[in-house]
Amino acid sequence: MSAVQEVVTEAPAIDAVPKRAMTLGYGTSLVILALLIIVPLLVKNFIIFQLTMLLIYALAVLALNILTGGSGQFSLGQSAFYAVGAYTTAILMEHADINYALTLPIAGIICFVFGFLFGQPALRLSGVYLALATFALATAMPQLLKLGVFEHWTGGVQGLVVTKPDSPIAVLFGYKISQDMWLYYFTLAISIAIYIFSVNLLRSRSGRAFMAIRDNEIAASAMGIDVALYKTLAFGVSAGITGVAGGLGAIAVQFVAPDSYTITFAISLFLGMVVGGVGWLPGSIVGSAFIIFVPNIAEGISKGLSGAVFGVLLFLVIYLVPHGARQVAMVAQHLIGKLKKN
Amino acid sequence: MELFTNQILAGIATGAIYACMALAVVMIYQAIDHLNFAQGEMATFSTFIAWQLIQWGVPYWGAFLITLVFSFIGGILIERVLFKPLAKAPILTNVAGFIALFAIINSCSGLIWDFTIKQFPTPFGSSPFLGSQLISTHQAGMIGVTLILLLLLFFFFRFTRVGLAMRAAASLPESARLVGINTSWMIALGWGMATAIGSIAGMLIAPVVFLEPNMMLGVLIYGFAAAVLGGLTSPFGAVIGGFLVGIFENLAGTYIPNVGNELKLPIALALIITVLVVKPAGLFGRPIVKRV
Repeated sequence: MSAVQEVVTEAPAIDAVPKRAMTLGYGTSLVILALLIIVPLLVKNFIIFQLTMLLIYALAVLALNILTGGSGQFSLGQSAFYAVGAYTTAILMEHADINYALTLPIAGIICFVFGFLFGQPALRLSGVYLALATFALATAMPQLLKLGVFEHWTGGVQGLVVTKPDSPIAVLFGYKISQDMWLYYFTLAISIAIYIFSVNLLRSRSGRAFMAIRDNEIAASAMGIDVALYKTLAFGVSAGITGVAGGLGAIAVQFVAPDSYTITFAISLFLGMVVGGVGWLPGSIVGSAFIIFVPNIAEGISKGLSGAVFGVLLFLVIYLVPHGARQVAMVAQHLIGKLKKN
Repeated sequence: MELFTNQILAGIATGAIYACMALAVVMIYQAIDHLNFAQGEMATFSTFIAWQLIQWGVPYWGAFLITLVFSFIGGILIERVLFKPLAKAPILTNVAGFIALFAIINSCSGLIWDFTIKQFPTPFGSSPFLGSQLISTHQAGMIGVTLILLLLLFFFFRFTRVGLAMRAAASLPESARLVGINTSWMIALGWGMATAIGSIAGMLIAPVVFLEPNMMLGVLIYGFAAAVLGGLTSPFGAVIGGFLVGIFENLAGTYIPNVGNELKLPIALALIITVLVVKPAGLFGRPIVKRV
């Protein structure tokens, strides 16, 4: 429209998050860990299943958090990586008879490669364009999975049924361990391992490189950071973790089908990240609880309402607590500190 | 050879829809530098309003006009209430806002008009156009409306004061403010116009794909693809991009085996990524230089 060449100072992708603010203190972490270990012993199987899904979604949100909060790149396409992980696990378990525990690292590696490759074209894109490309990826994924060529492996529209693994220890200290409970502790162990890995990753040289790129790409490259490498690496790591989460999800739900992994799911994960606080890793579990339980409550009020409730809550979060659960936690900490003084 | 020309003609007809959608996408992008992910849902909602009006006995063109005005005002309201406070916020917040809007509108149209498929009338009739079996009068009408729209927009931006002010506000907001342009209202105006154009796209496409709350998702992706291909900074490019994408989709469906409806969305994805990688500014867009 105008002949003037446009020179813009790009708005930051996200607000900068100080490194120390990304994790929890030891005390709080241990309390949460203890809760996660004890609670399943006291509740019914269905709730244990929901808790398992809570951990799985928390992993997926955590992965997105590393990508967005860590390296400042967007993705509305996490459902695609989750789907690839889920299908890898399902196909390996059902067609190749591989033990479920072994399928997870394979799913992780395949997704890492997929994410790393998708990160290549994504390098050229920033901000809105990246959101657009990943949005297209997420909408296209269900159609790719339904493709006739892969039908022998993927089961086409019908999807695949996955057998639930038995618990290797039937009874422990006179306590019966059900399939659901075993799967919960299995997921918990993997989640803790990945959480520790992520915290350490962000504290490492690579993590600092991610954050430098997030805060100012040009300055980062001037400091000698290989921007292309670290950006694709962030995509790969994020996709890899999402893939493991997808694999666990397939085992827990015992079923994979193309229509479980639509753009709606990708949006839920994105929402979970925003609610939990971008760049605050412990917030992932808060975000995950939000995306699991809020739709149930909303559906209870009126069917089809969950979308509207989601949207309204998201606006409320954006306006009132732009830093999500992190902000709430900080305010709470502040109040507790005041009470102690009095 | 005849199959080839036939497919191109059919492609131009579908391309008209994408062109309309792309035009709406580009309008908002021009005004606020963001892609509106809720554009498709907003268009669907407007189309439902038109459908409801027609059900109540309002004649087609009356309903058309009322819907246009409603969409225009609705777009301005959404900008004033929801997005104006986010103007200075990081991109992430804006993307989250668009997604929230997407979810709310989608869910609302589902709640109000439920998810059953509805017939939407066409003002142009659906008999063959000029005796040709290839495109119907509706499709010809669609192409015509798109071209008229483009022409009107061209005149608006080229020859009116408001159009000039909008261009100024979009390309150099600070300087525009210095010469006395109310840039904030220009953005609102951009939203209103984009929403109105989106509603036209919705009303034109509804007779072809049938009306239901998720009608626009595929069209929106293709609209994005068209806008990216033509260049996100050029309304003219968006329309050309729309027609090209329509032709491309039809040719790919005819000549590459296994690509029918099955691969519709993956094709759009491939197209978006290819263009963004090979020529990020699109065919008619301006390259953007970043300041450190």
